[in-house]
Amino acid sequence: MKTEPVIFEYSRPGRRAPSHAPAEAAGPGDLPAAVLRTDPPALPEVSELQAVRHFTRLSQLNFSIDTHFYPLGSCTMKYNPRACNRLAMLPGFLGRHPLGAVERGQGFLACMHELQEMLKAVTGMPGVSLTPMAGAQGELAGVAMIRAYHRARGDGARRVVIVPDAAHGTNPATAVMCGFEVREIPTDPSGDVDLEALRSAVGPDTAGIMLTNPSTLGVFERRIGEIAAIVHGVGGLLYYDGANLNAILGRALPAAMGFDVVHINLHKTFSTPHGGGGPGAGVVAVTQRLEPFLPVPMVTCEAGRYRWLTGRERPQSIGRLSAFMGNAGILLRAYVYMRMLGGEGMRRVSGFATLNANYLMAKLRESGFEIAFPGRRASHEFIVSLKGLSRETGVTAMDFAKALLDHGYHAPTTYFPLLVPECLLIEPTETESREELDGFVAALVAIRDLARRDPAQVKAAPLTTPVRRLDDVRAARDLDLTWQSKRPATGGA
Amino acid sequence: MPFIPHTEDDVSAMLTVIGVASIDDLFDEIPAGLNVAGLPRVGPGLSEAEIARLMTERADGDGRELCFAGAGAYDHYIPAAVWEIATRGEYYSAYTPYQAEASQGTLQLIYEFQSMMAGLTGLDVANASLYDGATAFAEACLMAVRANRASRSRRVLTTRAMSPAYRDVARSILGGQGVELVELPLTDGLTALDAFGAEDGDFAALAIQQPNFLGRLEAVDQLTDWAQARKMLVIGVCHPTMLALLKPPGAWGQAGADIACGEGQPLGIPLSSGGPYFGYLTCRLPLVRQMPGRVVGRTVDLDGRPGFTLTLQAREQHIRRSRATSNICTNQGLMVTAATIYMSLLGAEGLRRVAAQCHANTRALVTALTGLPGVVLAFRPFCHEAVLQFDCPVAPLLEGLSRQGILGGYDLSEDYPELGQALLVCATEMRSAADIERYAVVLKGLMTAPLRAQGG
Repeated sequence: MKTEPVIFEYSRPGRRAPSHAPAEAAGPGDLPAAVLRTDPPALPEVSELQAVRHFTRLSQLNFSIDTHFYPLGSCTMKYNPRACNRLAMLPGFLGRHPLGAVERGQGFLACMHELQEMLKAVTGMPGVSLTPMAGAQGELAGVAMIRAYHRARGDGARRVVIVPDAAHGTNPATAVMCGFEVREIPTDPSGDVDLEALRSAVGPDTAGIMLTNPSTLGVFERRIGEIAAIVHGVGGLLYYDGANLNAILGRALPAAMGFDVVHINLHKTFSTPHGGGGPGAGVVAVTQRLEPFLPVPMVTCEAGRYRWLTGRERPQSIGRLSAFMGNAGILLRAYVYMRMLGGEGMRRVSGFATLNANYLMAKLRESGFEIAFPGRRASHEFIVSLKGLSRETGVTAMDFAKALLDHGYHAPTTYFPLLVPECLLIEPTETESREELDGFVAALVAIRDLARRDPAQVKAAPLTTPVRRLDDVRAARDLDLTWQSKRPATGGA
Repeated sequence: MPFIPHTEDDVSAMLTVIGVASIDDLFDEIPAGLNVAGLPRVGPGLSEAEIARLMTERADGDGRELCFAGAGAYDHYIPAAVWEIATRGEYYSAYTPYQAEASQGTLQLIYEFQSMMAGLTGLDVANASLYDGATAFAEACLMAVRANRASRSRRVLTTRAMSPAYRDVARSILGGQGVELVELPLTDGLTALDAFGAEDGDFAALAIQQPNFLGRLEAVDQLTDWAQARKMLVIGVCHPTMLALLKPPGAWGQAGADIACGEGQPLGIPLSSGGPYFGYLTCRLPLVRQMPGRVVGRTVDLDGRPGFTLTLQAREQHIRRSRATSNICTNQGLMVTAATIYMSLLGAEGLRRVAAQCHANTRALVTALTGLPGVVLAFRPFCHEAVLQFDCPVAPLLEGLSRQGILGGYDLSEDYPELGQALLVCATEMRSAADIERYAVVLKGLMTAPLRAQGG
């Protein structure tokens, strides 16, 4: 076990890495003294080597896809090809100012236009905007378009967005940010939406429904056609949360399922980096009736010349969602990945992601684990419930997750979805080998055996990580959110 | 096939374990009518060498303009170490640090980032980032509306000198919750209070940008005191590099601003056509429970050793769902990684020198360009960016400059028609005296006949 001091602990007054700033210190010139800072900000004073060593050591305290199997359910932690990063960071792309002339950005814009076209093919939808900067912003764009659509028809009575109880927390949070009330509907015992509950939930106040398919329960919503008919029947629209698109890539199109709008997490399905929590990209695609409302800007091509479509040309647009044009560099990474895969490669992605999930599920079932929906095919992910084992041994899903870290595996998603008790949501992705999956099964079996023999040992895990379990209660009660020691009083007053 | 490790033997063994004959059989729960045979419109896959060639051709064709534009994105020098380290796989390919014990690197780095941003802005706490400066501004407005218990107002007061893009984005995001943005007018490029009267009613907050979008230094002390006397919270939108030189929001007025936010791009993030960047958000401690987004706290483990974890999660969507402070989940983690390394390499003195050099270079640029007939400085003093007014249309001038590889600035005529034909210009520490001279020479050539006659 090792820890690394906070960088401020390396700090010594007057120490610098001077090659990174202008050698001559220009004065403040004509700036009036009243607007100037009197004390310098509390930033570390370290040498370049100290900084490099510190941040390299910190990186080594992380689990990551490049170092560990990372089966975090609903997050699609697949390999992030290095080529995508290198090619998005070519100097011609990195150096382009967002307000630069479009004539000087034709190469970049060509990539964006082709990316839009590929995303249309993947969703079956005719309109795409690349602007949203994460899944949650894609959701916001989608629900805002639904709102704008109803308003444009003069229908102000639609106050409610329907969300299944298995939904990701961003779904209800987004609906509220867009000014809607959330009506939650239950799931039936087989993992599908409870259609009776849906029928009684819809009405003239229904703006739409937000669905993930396959759902966060790891199963394909088989009656999606009926759901679409019910919601469309009362004048509502269907929103597709693309978190699980990896499962159906090249096999089923959201448009054919009856969805009106979809967001796609490029950092999941199209392998852009998760980066320790972003940046993502939550591009949106829509059917014809929502096209006028797409967020700006978008790329258009006229006689071989690419340019941006702005709000002026799209008067019904829900507007801008970023200062410029979204996470352009992430869009480039997704573009490279999609071109490397091609259409056939994309279909193989969903095929092998589903093969890995079903194989892992079969092996775990064989080993005596309780599968949450045993009668169902796994999509690209599935749920193991540790409820029985927990009752028997007192070892919880959390304990399992921590014990897995000691075996060299990142934990699956735990305690989500909320409706399956003591659950592990496991998503292996297509880029893992059979040996890796077998090793993961062996680790889960070993932890279970240990839980039966000596539960206290499992509850003591992890022991091999840089720190042991952390005191979350103390973290929230005695807030320590910034380094205080040696900080001079800030301010200029 | 790229990135899929399975051999044919693996596939048949795995199918046997599952008990199906083919991979396609695994999709038998998808109703027949929904199946598609593939994605022919996407085309065939390319090898790494093929895509590398295509991308290199496109990037080389785009080239790099000599950049004299700012307006929200700035061409600063980025030390080599920043992205060498930020793109290490351990940062690049990790996710949100939910499993704290396996994510101490990312968590500690965010804690260090929070400390640095709190220090720069002179406020108590920071979050782990928002998408960009514009969405940070929108979230700050929503946060102020939630946090201001003294005012029930759902309106936020801002100014016409706030970035037009930020105002646009905020309107897109605030509208859903019925929060309205109202703009104060400008006098001489500065936010003017004289037209504001009691009949204008209550506001939850006043949001000011420093330096403002037109490169003017607002009277932040006076504006802060004025707003707080009217029970408004004060939001400072600040360029982070300039904060190494300028009075931080936490020291504005008698009591200091309540919230600060802005665009993090100047701190080691490449221009990259507008993203990915990151938004920062800091505030006074009593407001922390109204903050959106991830926050990292320092605590201890079972053995009493210091460690880091996500905290105050009851604000967030994965716990609170429809009652969360925001829907944000994924933020801009990798950009924060780069910015934290950048700030560590620069330090307070390095950052101050960058800020001072930017201001000095912009002054030199203004001197060079206003030496040409038909170009005048709109406002003085200015800071870091400046508005130049022309006696001829600027759009053809920008096109002409672009043809010679120069990005001459941002055309203000659409956002600020009252300024006439005007450009917002900026010369960062990256621009040399020779670069500035070149701009002046090329511009002079363009402003003489016959082009001027055409454009005029």
